Amino acid sequence: MQNIPLTLPLDPAQVKSLRAGDTVLLTGVLYTGRDAAHKRLVECLERGEELPLPLENQLIYYVGPAPASPGHAVGSAGPTTSYRMDKYTPPLLERGLLGMMGKGKRGPEVVEAMKKRGAVYFGAVGGAAALISRRIERAEVVAYDDLGAEAIHRFWVRDFPALVLIDSLGNNLYELGPEKYREQ
Amino acid sequence: MREIQAGEIRDAVRSLILEASYVIGDDVRAKIAACRETEPSPSGCAVLDQLTENYRIAREERVAICQDTGMCVVFLDIGQDVHIAGGELTEAVNDAVRSAYTEGYLRKSVVADPLLHRVNTKDNTPAVIHTRIVPGDRVDILVTPKGFGSENMSALKMLVVAEGVEGVIRFVVDTVKNAGPNPCPPVIVGVGIGGTMETAAILAKRMTARSLDETNPDPEYAALEERILAEINKLGIGPAGIGGRTTALKVNIAVYPTHIAGLPVAVNLCCHAARHAHAVL
Repeated sequence: MQNIPLTLPLDPAQVKSLRAGDTVLLTGVLYTGRDAAHKRLVECLERGEELPLPLENQLIYYVGPAPASPGHAVGSAGPTTSYRMDKYTPPLLERGLLGMMGKGKRGPEVVEAMKKRGAVYFGAVGGAAALISRRIERAEVVAYDDLGAEAIHRFWVRDFPALVLIDSLGNNLYELGPEKYREQ
Repeated sequence: MREIQAGEIRDAVRSLILEASYVIGDDVRAKIAACRETEPSPSGCAVLDQLTENYRIAREERVAICQDTGMCVVFLDIGQDVHIAGGELTEAVNDAVRSAYTEGYLRKSVVADPLLHRVNTKDNTPAVIHTRIVPGDRVDILVTPKGFGSENMSALKMLVVAEGVEGVIRFVVDTVKNAGPNPCPPVIVGVGIGGTMETAAILAKRMTARSLDETNPDPEYAALEERILAEINKLGIGPAGIGGRTTALKVNIAVYPTHIAGLPVAVNLCCHAARHAHAVL
């Protein structure tokens, strides 16, 4: 398998060319967010307020990192399960978000919103959190500091390993992969 | 009567939390390595390689195996000839959690109110504590920090007695199937059968922490464990859910007598970062 190098923020044309099952190495800036932060972001949109982070062509990584031990930018930082963010994802895609990264299934509304936007859903290996954290070179809190691990962080990543779980056409690796190995 | 200081229990629980969070058990590591040899999916193999490398980094650098360092579940089997002195037991356990999660760079993932407020307690307290009074003068401590990716995919069902063995198999396999990639496969499947509703759930939780080298002592149940494992690994879900034959590492079953009208079954899934540590005082 060839790793495709991708620069962050994402390039819409490059995202459209990705296919479910592709492996990529991400380099650049991404934002983190999970349950509580997503709830606040969408409430912010509903009130017509400005968001504390840019969305255009950005990638949000669903993660709540462990605290950094001395000498590290961040503690263990693997993906969390994405379906909990499903409710909040379509409004963010409508406002320019181009990619999400997490683990696990997405609902049909998210996949439809992704197709409309031409967006991608990346996966990182759940539980490979210590290994993943070594590809995060710098981290800072951008918003919602009171949420602790759930605060929105900006991460500077280099050669962060991920794979395309759902592409902009709606092809889904969680359907295509297991089909090959199913015996019943 | 043997006297054990609450402080001794606190110190033991603290060390066990840190050990469990940084160092994966030899049984899990060996099982992942064995599955790597037989896994036909190249991307499945790549995932298993990442897990092995992740275990190594966590162990050598003493960092959390997974960022979800869990809600801390503590099983205490307390000998009836033990007197715990110098403090309150629950407080000793929670002190241990507070200190381990704060000083050990572990994530604080507990909210004080589950529904209305959901404000983080900021020190991962309280623990979930299950105590039993047992014969003897020792305190047996099992610490299992439990991540919620897999916890959320767990299930409990009060089966109709007539559904029998096939009903149990179907329920366990369907639980893993419906979970798909979400609980971070390959998973360990803890199954509790019998008792009342909560008995089944607690048995299932205990079974997520049973060594992968052990089987149910009853050969009939050991065979059932094997049979369910084989069915699960036919699902094709594979490592990280992207396809393969290594969907579960083990099915661990525990049973308890139950009512003539009932067949409670609980399935507690545990991810491949199956963290637990054990000590006897």
